Amino acid sequence: MALIDFLKPKNKLEEGGRSSAPVHQDAGEPEKLCPNCRKLIPVSRLWSNGLVCPCGYHFRMKARQRITLLVDKGSFKELFSELRAGNPLDFPGYTDKAETARTASGETEAVICGTAEIGGQSCCLFVMEAQFMMGSMGSAVGEKITRLFEYALECRMPVVGYTVSGGARMQEGLLSLMQMAKTSAALRRHSDAGLLYIAVLTDPTTGGVTASFAMEADITLAEPGATIGFAGARVIEQTTRKSLPKEFQTAEFVLEHGFVDRIVPRGDHKKILAQLLSMHNGGRSQ
Amino acid sequence: MSSVPYARVKLVRDSSRPTGLDYVNNIFKDFIEFHGDRRFGDDPAIVGGIAYLGDTPVTVIAIEKGHTAKERSFRNFGAPHPEGYRKALRLMKQAEKFGRPVVCFIDTSGAYCGIGAEERGQGQAIAENINEMSTLCVPVISVLVGEGGSGGALALAVADRVWILQNAVYSVISPEGCASILWKDASKAEEAAESLRLTAEDAKSMGIVEKILSENELGKKTFYDRIRALLIDELDGLSSDPELLTKRYERFRRIGTEAVI
Repeated sequence: MALIDFLKPKNKLEEGGRSSAPVHQDAGEPEKLCPNCRKLIPVSRLWSNGLVCPCGYHFRMKARQRITLLVDKGSFKELFSELRAGNPLDFPGYTDKAETARTASGETEAVICGTAEIGGQSCCLFVMEAQFMMGSMGSAVGEKITRLFEYALECRMPVVGYTVSGGARMQEGLLSLMQMAKTSAALRRHSDAGLLYIAVLTDPTTGGVTASFAMEADITLAEPGATIGFAGARVIEQTTRKSLPKEFQTAEFVLEHGFVDRIVPRGDHKKILAQLLSMHNGGRSQ
Repeated sequence: MSSVPYARVKLVRDSSRPTGLDYVNNIFKDFIEFHGDRRFGDDPAIVGGIAYLGDTPVTVIAIEKGHTAKERSFRNFGAPHPEGYRKALRLMKQAEKFGRPVVCFIDTSGAYCGIGAEERGQGQAIAENINEMSTLCVPVISVLVGEGGSGGALALAVADRVWILQNAVYSVISPEGCASILWKDASKAEEAAESLRLTAEDAKSMGIVEKILSENELGKKTFYDRIRALLIDELDGLSSDPELLTKRYERFRRIGTEAVI
């Protein structure tokens, strides 16, 4: 199967895109409306460009699609895929919501973990999934990421992590909040052993994930235009009754304020990650 | 009549309850406050400094809401900016250097949601505190005395022991915020407060706090004396524990493992 076939959405729910713009299908090829340049772009052209519009707009992308684009062919080996959230607080509606998310995303949880090679450099990799309850972090997400850092520490491997998250998963209450501390403590142990962690912040990275492992990397990259922040823009507007600055909480805004190292277009991720891993002796300390 | 969880949320928001500084001034002696994060400014929503706990100098950090309208406005209603968290971290690192235990008092609806707070990295500030506290080489006890609002509270609660007052609440999100996001209806806050399991008993049953502190004679001398005695006793045990950091790691490591299937 060609990469392009793999990347093509199997059904409507799988179509990435924060715009959730309708796919127009007249007589010819399906097209998608870019919310940035307002042009209709042939879907095949978008897929062949990693879901980036020729104008530079980055559509959201499913975690598995991202992994396929990023890692050396056949090198991804998934870990901890058996872990998924229960409903520890018997929170109303959570079981159904999680089940719907499983169907919609085709994933069991909001993060995929594993090992992979990127440009010949081996690493541990986690990629969060926006279509699973907006990448919210509950106990299973926290446990998977924690286990990945513990595994990486044991094997003395670097970690590359793609964040996409609305924050902590409310439906697991305090258990979700504590995952911020749990993941942070695990990545700190990994860091103290001299090992490399690179975070790539993608749209959107907010709330409890921003306030934990998204902002604790040695090197922090971001995708162009991604929303990155702690509090939601609407909440800030309501709290302060002020209109928000242009570009507020975008990757560009966060770069300007000094909280990420670089903005890297999706098409360059593989190259720069491979180079960074290589420059750190494969991410291992001496 | 409100359900118990939401009644408690409302109770602990009352401005007549003891605030962070009341605990500092009544439990400790000779408190000397230190200001500033050495980066940008000083956040009045978090106070910190050194004081004697019994005969031992300790570093004390408290989120302060204020009592009067004027005080509450000055303290930004106990909603810290990044500078508050960075000041707290600076004082914790200072405590580590001099081998002093750290005691934190937490009472916040959450970290401040504002333009400046975002510009100066609210998320990064909280993340850094959580990260650094996980390996701080001195004993840390955090006491939730009112509202324990999400990451803004956790940023001072990655501790060896976390205690909570009997009416205090600890939650991943405010009941109003939860209701408005999940059900698009902030008036369902009472229902959300029940579902979120945010009471002291809930936090204890989930293994997130070790101790629930009675509010008998809240704000009276005996109340503060009792907390002082508990702190002295607990720090005595923690200070001589060679496994302090391993146990702190394990304390958080196990949380949520049973919630995964």
